[in-house]
Amino acid sequence: MPSLTVNGVAVEVESAGLHTLLHVLREELGITSPKAGCQQGGCGACTVLVDGEPRRSCLIPVAAVDGASITTVEGLGTPERLSVVQAAFHERYGSQCGFCTPGFLLATYALLERSPRAGRAEIEEALAGHVCRCTGYVKIIEAVEAALRGEVAAGTEPTEAVTA
Amino acid sequence: MARADVDLVLPASAEEAVAAFGDGAAVTVVAGGTVVMPELVAGRLRPERAILLARAGLGGITREAGRVTIGATTPISALEDGDEPLATAARHVGDPEVRAQATVGGNLCTGASADAPRGDLQAALIALGATVRSAGRGGERSEPVEDFLSASAGRLVLDVSYEDGPRQTGYAAARRPHAHHYTILAVCTARTADAVRVAVTGAGPTAIRLRAVEAAVAGGAGPAEAARRALDDVEGSLRDDALASAWYRERVLPKLVEDALAAIDGAAGA
Repeated sequence: MPSLTVNGVAVEVESAGLHTLLHVLREELGITSPKAGCQQGGCGACTVLVDGEPRRSCLIPVAAVDGASITTVEGLGTPERLSVVQAAFHERYGSQCGFCTPGFLLATYALLERSPRAGRAEIEEALAGHVCRCTGYVKIIEAVEAALRGEVAAGTEPTEAVTA
Repeated sequence: MARADVDLVLPASAEEAVAAFGDGAAVTVVAGGTVVMPELVAGRLRPERAILLARAGLGGITREAGRVTIGATTPISALEDGDEPLATAARHVGDPEVRAQATVGGNLCTGASADAPRGDLQAALIALGATVRSAGRGGERSEPVEDFLSASAGRLVLDVSYEDGPRQTGYAAARRPHAHHYTILAVCTARTADAVRVAVTGAGPTAIRLRAVEAAVAGGAGPAEAARRALDDVEGSLRDDALASAWYRERVLPKLVEDALAAIDGAAGA
């Protein structure tokens, strides 16, 4: 039976090993920030961090990541204290309907860790697997740039509209 | 069969993987999962047995004894800064997250989907003159990539290797924006001291070596003249799918072959 550390909490997985990591997170553990979008690896809405690296949870059989550490948006910040990346997306209007946002947040978080001085081309490459059907890419890239440049501080208190 | 009832094996070594695979009958192999998992989730694939290669130790790239050897579960992202034309072909696969998960072995084993071609690395590996080592019925086998592609069913890829040495290479592709970034057509060329090799991804269900083009080049034809022979190589096999019609591919292919040949033309001895 695979075991995972999800947002710092150790869990024993009960789903069969061929179920996707996405299924385990959403259906078994009730962690719903990763979204079941295309479920073909094409949209990026299900992206989570697997041992710190952004990966499509819809493509991963859970048995293949036995022992891994998984981070979802729930592990980045809280509604009361947003992480830098969340605060940047909030302040710079990087989220519209919100469905793609969790994937963008985690891809951005990984980019910030890996390459805090990333320029425009590297940002676009890092986000290449993420689709926003509200087509809010201009604001999304501005939010990522703000996060990378440290223009937005963690702990920003979100508005009611964000926490609702 | 429900996924809970699938006989799931997680081999911890290459030997265990080969033993678990056996003759390959009724076994589904999951390496990176990027092709297989959507099929499972959609219920189009309902295996009785599945082998996860995640811990089989089949990954990694080595350079020794004059050969470059790439393990089956090496992620495609590991090729992005390596030898051409493989590196460019690798960079054209999906996006960074998918490339970090998808494997070389999976790319060799996948055929086209109904919607789009897959297997971008195949043409690059054919151009490099690569050899696939696989296990299955009758034991271990090594053969050129193009031979493997024509009979890959029932085989477990162990690694793929090619001669380590200088070569001039070319890559020319027709692309259009798409969520999955599938390649419509991509032509790879490589010139060594011995020969010029040319192959195309996206023309048929798997990559095709363009032997008539190679023969024309060997006979002294220039890029434009040799490229006209490309249609002889793909006759009757041109794909007609959601990305592009066969009509379109027929018109674009010779131009791509010409461009990929021009990239190595006159480079001999350089």
